[in-house]
Amino acid sequence: MLTAQFLITGVLTGGIYALIAVSIVLVYKATRVFNFAVGEILTLGGLVFYSFVVWCRLPLLPACLAAFMMAIVAGSLVERLVFRPLLGQPILSIIMGTLALAVFLKGVMLIVWTGYTSSFPADMLPGRTILVGRIAISHELLWSSVIALIALVILGYFFIRTQTGLNMRAISEDHELSMTCGVNITLCFSITWILAVILGSISGVLLGNRIGLTPVITPLIALKAFPAVIFGGLESIVGAVVGGMAIGIIESLIGGFISPTVGEISAYIILLIVLLFRPEGLFGLERIERV
Amino acid sequence: MWRPCGTFDDTYQSDMAIVRTPAQIGLLVGSLVVLALLPLIVSGATITTVNLIALSIISVQGLNILTGLTGQISLGQGAFMGVGAYTLMMLMNHLAFSYWLALPFAVTSAGLVGLVFGLPSLRIKGFYLAMATLAAQVLIPWMIVNVRPDLTGGTDTVNIPTPSLFGVVLSNQGSIYYVIMFFGVMSIFMTRNLARSKLGRAFVAIRDNDLAAEIMGVEIFRYKMLSFFISSLYAGLAGCMWALWMGAVNVDAFSLDASIWYLGMIIVGGLGSTLGAALGVIFIRLLDLGVVPLGATIAALFPPMVENAIKNGTGSLIFGLVLLLFIIHEPRGLAHRWEIIKHSYRRWPFPY
Repeated sequence: MLTAQFLITGVLTGGIYALIAVSIVLVYKATRVFNFAVGEILTLGGLVFYSFVVWCRLPLLPACLAAFMMAIVAGSLVERLVFRPLLGQPILSIIMGTLALAVFLKGVMLIVWTGYTSSFPADMLPGRTILVGRIAISHELLWSSVIALIALVILGYFFIRTQTGLNMRAISEDHELSMTCGVNITLCFSITWILAVILGSISGVLLGNRIGLTPVITPLIALKAFPAVIFGGLESIVGAVVGGMAIGIIESLIGGFISPTVGEISAYIILLIVLLFRPEGLFGLERIERV
Repeated sequence: MWRPCGTFDDTYQSDMAIVRTPAQIGLLVGSLVVLALLPLIVSGATITTVNLIALSIISVQGLNILTGLTGQISLGQGAFMGVGAYTLMMLMNHLAFSYWLALPFAVTSAGLVGLVFGLPSLRIKGFYLAMATLAAQVLIPWMIVNVRPDLTGGTDTVNIPTPSLFGVVLSNQGSIYYVIMFFGVMSIFMTRNLARSKLGRAFVAIRDNDLAAEIMGVEIFRYKMLSFFISSLYAGLAGCMWALWMGAVNVDAFSLDASIWYLGMIIVGGLGSTLGAALGVIFIRLLDLGVVPLGATIAALFPPMVENAIKNGTGSLIFGLVLLLFIIHEPRGLAHRWEIIKHSYRRWPFPY
């Protein structure tokens, strides 16, 4: 009974991790940038939504639309101002670029939203905790996994059925080859970053709805998506979803049966084990290097 | 080594010397004299800042060996400092070691912990290695807080006994200045020498192309481990200096943010350059200090509720912005700027 409860909570929390992980993998596949700023980006997205809901008192749907617009603007700005100048730079510059962006965004958020916790109104999403037998399913978690699922389905449709999606898949295979085939690569990079920021914002809102948003602490929670990404494999979106779920479940089980403090850290222990024994993850590509 | 036109070395000794021209000797002696007399000239608050800069230089020189010379990205330097500082604190408070006796143990323990977290670097590099060191940065503070809070004090600030040296009690910033500055200068000197030794050249070979280095006979695993070990030794020393500087240890000082700041300092200074690492620390620390009054001035224009928020945020905001500008516009850092200035001085009035 208890195991089932922890499993369900784990799967539902894992949905949020999966969304963040997909956002990271998306950017990595298309641009070869590993986005260390994802925590700050998602907190910013969540806080923007928070301001529309709480400060402007917009109803839910217009607030979503407005936040969506802001995410598009933010995504294209990030790509144009930070990552386009860094194209072709060594890997350390790119890592430092994302870290610098993270520090910068943290400063912005501290100034605009202060360091205190911003909590969404408790009744933002309709419904209440559901009891199935003796297993409690929080409606917030249910909402968040449903929203995450919808976002992932739309993303899958976008990649498989649309021309832009096809272009982006081509880019993830080979930059130069797709350029010679007439793919507008800068446009695709912009779209990638916009998608990543949108996914980040959604997960930011979902995370904020559960535990509130703090510019300093929320990014640290979002860091757990990194183990998820490595676990699933850096090149695989399916892997990111599986990894996110796995991290959610493992965290919830260890947190429930051993102790919550160990649960907190379990994701990183898994990360170290994966890095030591199978660095390419479950679905990633093994890298072969030549001089 | 690169030398300007017309400068010749006629003996082997002068070819190998670390201080070679009269101008360099003058600069060295001059700066050492200034450093020695500094506590007599300036006030207490300035000395506190100078101490912070000096101990950051130790840590950043270590990170420079690992990231700048060997090309292994580490997000864990802050945590390795924490290992040094906490080992020192536990030895002093629970086993009644003196500061000087505990120092070597603390430094070595930081080196060994760095070695453990460097192990994954055998198979992985780039983003993956950054991940592994990120795990170190999360796990180590967690262990400090959760594993034996009765020994480490958990999240509390724990004081250490005031050490003394040659009968002088090191209780104020002016007296610990000489200790920290001694190690700071030594760290610069040692890094400079290490960079041009066999070890340093092996590190650079690994950075430039690890497979090629291995083919040429550099044992990658051994040298990568050495690099992690040496870098963490520096971090441990810096952590001990931090404990001396604060008179206490607190886990908050060794967070992920601290590690990112140290990495940022090498980027701003110039990767792989000993001078650059020192310049970067000085630049960033002074910038951070200069931003405080700016933040306060802007904050005064706003209602008191947001005032604190603005004060807290400006530091990160400016640091992130400066770092981004450096990465985009001057990826080779201040050290490269300094080279340009030197060259244009030498060649004046010719433009090249």
